[in-house]
Amino acid sequence: MKIGVLGIQGDIQEHLRMIERLGHEVIWVKRPEQLEKISGLIMPGGESTTMIKLMKRFEVWEPLYQMLQNGFPVYGTCAGLVLLAYEIENYPDQDSLKALPVRVERNGYGRQVDSFEVELEIPAIGANSFNAVFIRAPIIVDWDKSVEVLSIYKNAPVLVRYGNILASSFHPELTDDVRIHRYFIDEVIKE
Amino acid sequence: MEKKGTWAVKKGFAEMFKNGVIMDVTTPEQAKIAQEAGAVAVMALERVPADIRKEGGVARMADIRLIKSIMEAVSIPVMAKVRIGHIAEARILEAVGVDFIDESEVLTPADDRYHVDKHQFTVPFVCGARNLGEAVRRIAEGAAMIRTKGEAGTGNIIEAVKHMRTVNEEIRKVKLMSDEELVHYGKEIGAPVEILKQVRELGRLPVVNFAAGGVATPADAALMMILGADGVFVGSGIFKSKDPRKMGKAIVESVLHWDDPKILAKISEDIGQPMEGKDIEELEVKLQERGW
Repeated sequence: MKIGVLGIQGDIQEHLRMIERLGHEVIWVKRPEQLEKISGLIMPGGESTTMIKLMKRFEVWEPLYQMLQNGFPVYGTCAGLVLLAYEIENYPDQDSLKALPVRVERNGYGRQVDSFEVELEIPAIGANSFNAVFIRAPIIVDWDKSVEVLSIYKNAPVLVRYGNILASSFHPELTDDVRIHRYFIDEVIKE
Repeated sequence: MEKKGTWAVKKGFAEMFKNGVIMDVTTPEQAKIAQEAGAVAVMALERVPADIRKEGGVARMADIRLIKSIMEAVSIPVMAKVRIGHIAEARILEAVGVDFIDESEVLTPADDRYHVDKHQFTVPFVCGARNLGEAVRRIAEGAAMIRTKGEAGTGNIIEAVKHMRTVNEEIRKVKLMSDEELVHYGKEIGAPVEILKQVRELGRLPVVNFAAGGVATPADAALMMILGADGVFVGSGIFKSKDPRKMGKAIVESVLHWDDPKILAKISEDIGQPMEGKDIEELEVKLQERGW
C-alpha cells in the first residue's frame, strides 16, 4: 500500500520514517497528481498558515477538499488537525478543509514555553500508555457527538476519529511508538 | 504528569520548522508581511544584519516592547536574538514567552569564553556553527537547532555554502570512523564523543539544521536545500530587496520546490531587484568568526 505524507512544510520526514517502519511505501506529496497514487494521506505538524497558502498556490487544496468529501482517509497531526477542522475559534478567517466537525483553538495550550509531553491512555491502540508530545498544540474546544473520542486529556479530546478522518493534537511521529500510525493504516484506511 | 521544556519538546518544535523559511523582521508590519509570504516563524530584532554591519556599535537584544508587539501581530512562532553568553537577556526573553531564542553572533558577544548553558532553560535555543565541531559543542550546551552561519548582511551566499559543505564533509568522515578514531577526532575538533556517535548513527546532525547568512534570492535558498539544509533563515535578503512581498513569497516557494528546476524558473521570474550584495574580501568585520 502507498501512503502519502503532505510534503508542503513541517516534520514530513518523521512521518515518512514511521510509515516505512510499518512496511509500506511512501510518497512525499507536493503536487495534485500525486494524490491519485495513494491510499491515504498524513498531514504533518508545522505551520498551518504556511501550509494553507502553499497548498492553494500549488493547487493541492481543491482536489484534497473534494477527496475528503468522498471519504478519502486522512490523518492530521497538530497543524494537520487545524487544517481538517470545521472551525478555528481564535482565527475565524483562517480557511480549513472542513472535514472534521470540531472547533479548535490554535495554540490552545499556550506558546512554546507551555509545550509539554504527557502519558496518555488510548484504549483503541492497546493497554500501554502513549507518550504524547504537544507542541504549540491546538485544543479541541467543541465537537459533534458523532466524533469518536479515542483519547482525552484535561477534558478535551486529543485523539479523535470521524469515519475516514483521524486527528491528534499531539505528535506521535516524534516518538518511536508506531501504534497510532498502525491504527490509521489498519483501522482507518483498510475499512 | 505533564513535563515542560524536555528535550523532546524542544527538539520536536524545531522539527516543525522544517522545509520552511524563517524571516528577520524589525516591525509588526514586517512580521505580517512575512506571515503573509508563508514564513514558518519570524525572528524579531532591532536592526537587520545589513544595518548592524553598516551602522556598527554594540548590537543587543531588541527592545521588549518591540518583541511583544511582533508577538501580538502574528500567529506564527516568534524568535528573538540574544548576545552570545548573555544569560540575563535569555532569561528576559524566556519570561516574555518568545518561542525560540537565537544565541547569535550577529549581535555583539557578551562573553568571550562561554555560551549560555541552554539546558537550564524551558525555551529552546538555536545557535550558529561553521563546522561540525562548533555545531556539536552547541548541541552539547543544549541547542535544539543549528544554523550554519554564512556571512550575515552581505547578500552573498558563498560563506553559507562553505559552512554547509564543511559540515557535510565532516559528517561523511565521521560515518566511516571506528570508536577509537571517533574519540581522537572528537578531541581534534573539540566535540564530545557521545554526540559524535549520534551523528555517526544518523548520518546527520541530531537536531534540525537550517542554512543562514547571505540568502538573497530564491535560487540561493534552493541551493542551500540542495546541499541538505532542513530549511532557510533569511535576514536582510527580504526587507532590503526592492519588493519584500514578492521576494518573501518567492523564497518560501523555492524552499518547497528546490528539487524542481522548472518550477524554480517560474518562481525566479519578475521578483524585483534582490538586496545589494557585498564581496566577502572587502569586509572589515566578519560576524561568522564570533562564537567558538
